[in-house]
Amino acid sequence: MATTQEAIVQIIAKQMSVDPATVKPESTMDDLSIESLDLVEIIFAIEEEFDISIPYNANDPSATGTDLNTVAEVIEAVDKIVQEQA
Amino acid sequence: MAKRRVAVTGLGTIAPNGNDTETFWSNIKAGRSGIREITLVPPEKLFTKIAAEVKDFDPDDHFEKGRLALLDRFSQLALVAAREAVADSGIGFDEALSLRTATIIGSGVGGQSTLDDNYYRVYGQGAKRLHPFTIPRLMLNAAASQVSMEVGLKGPSFAVASACASATHAIGQAFHMVRHGQAEVAVTGGTEACITLGTMKGWEALRVMAADTCRPFSKDRTGMVLGEGAAVFVLEPLERAQARGAKVYAEMAGFGMSADAGDIVQPTLEGPVRAMQDALRDAELAPEAVDYVNAHGTGTSANDITETKALRETFGNHAGRIVVSSTKSMHGHALGGAGAIELVAMIKALEEGFVPPTANFTDPDPDCDLDYVPNEGRAMPVGAAISNSFAFGGLNAVLAAKRVEA
Repeated sequence: MATTQEAIVQIIAKQMSVDPATVKPESTMDDLSIESLDLVEIIFAIEEEFDISIPYNANDPSATGTDLNTVAEVIEAVDKIVQEQA
Repeated sequence: MAKRRVAVTGLGTIAPNGNDTETFWSNIKAGRSGIREITLVPPEKLFTKIAAEVKDFDPDDHFEKGRLALLDRFSQLALVAAREAVADSGIGFDEALSLRTATIIGSGVGGQSTLDDNYYRVYGQGAKRLHPFTIPRLMLNAAASQVSMEVGLKGPSFAVASACASATHAIGQAFHMVRHGQAEVAVTGGTEACITLGTMKGWEALRVMAADTCRPFSKDRTGMVLGEGAAVFVLEPLERAQARGAKVYAEMAGFGMSADAGDIVQPTLEGPVRAMQDALRDAELAPEAVDYVNAHGTGTSANDITETKALRETFGNHAGRIVVSSTKSMHGHALGGAGAIELVAMIKALEEGFVPPTANFTDPDPDCDLDYVPNEGRAMPVGAAISNSFAFGGLNAVLAAKRVEA
């Protein structure tokens, strides 16, 4: 079974139509040209893949305690939520 | 035909904080919000637990049973508002006038509860057949048609759809038709009844919904609150209104439109600026003559900062003197009905010389640096005002109106 990191890298690469090798943990959303609607779609795909709910408000990402500025932060948030919602 | 001046002579409103114009306006003046815990959808099925719903509305009080079978909630709300507006105008429609009266009603999504309920029956419950009125209830023009049928208006009639700008586009179209003589009178406005499980889930998925309440232009805003409601206006030539001794609330003076041709959800700066400039030009108003702006003001980060910048660009140095408020803080965002509900607030502001507040305002935001009339309405002379509607899809519409001295 794919690790969280592998699954998330695949989702981001598919959404942005890029080679998964270019999606690194340290990559920022800006590095990957991920705009707000892209991120909303990526979060949706992750929620479907992991069967979880990610609290995220595009108006104020910090308010929901889910800061998703880098790929590593996305992976960390998903691991945490998977444990909480298991 | 030469350009005619156009008067607003009838108002009708049904909104989350008032089921008629007088109640709505007294609540809007006082900053009383209609945003509450959601009841039309079971809250346990939602992440968003709040909405701005029309309250204490029993359709049986307004419609006979046979008639009701043909009316989605969005048509019911439009009819209630239209009845009030037509009665308020005092116009009796004889055959000749009815042939020359337009009925133009905006809606963003039409009969959503009919659509939701019936699709659930088909897909969720495996129903083999649906009620025969499903289509006539849900069609986007149902509200326009029902108003035309009830009042007996036989002139031009259609619906206008441009998401959150639908009502403003509809009223602007009707205003231009009366101004240029394509119609003698217009019954026009907007309606929406979009608080259904399917629609709420769709809005949640965009991640723009407020957690607590709607705080336009306030630093701690967390997004929009979905609303519902309708407002309808009677428009007629000013000369005609004065000749029959009608009460004139205000003069409808300008209508401006533009498309961003940019992103499907993110607004541009340039599109809203062009729409406001177009409305001022159409109204023959200098920017310095505008005292009040009823803002689109959704409470999202995307809208409020862009709208502030657009107002600064449109009004230049005068932007610092203009007063701006978002009444969505009190009636929520009724999508295709929003522009009409907000226009009631703007027309009453012109008539009474009282600007409604932006409610729920807590902290100033350095990126939103205009006078938003926080929390307390303000008695002040209002000679001219504009109302902004900026829709998803980058479709912008702005109405301008002027005070008419009694």
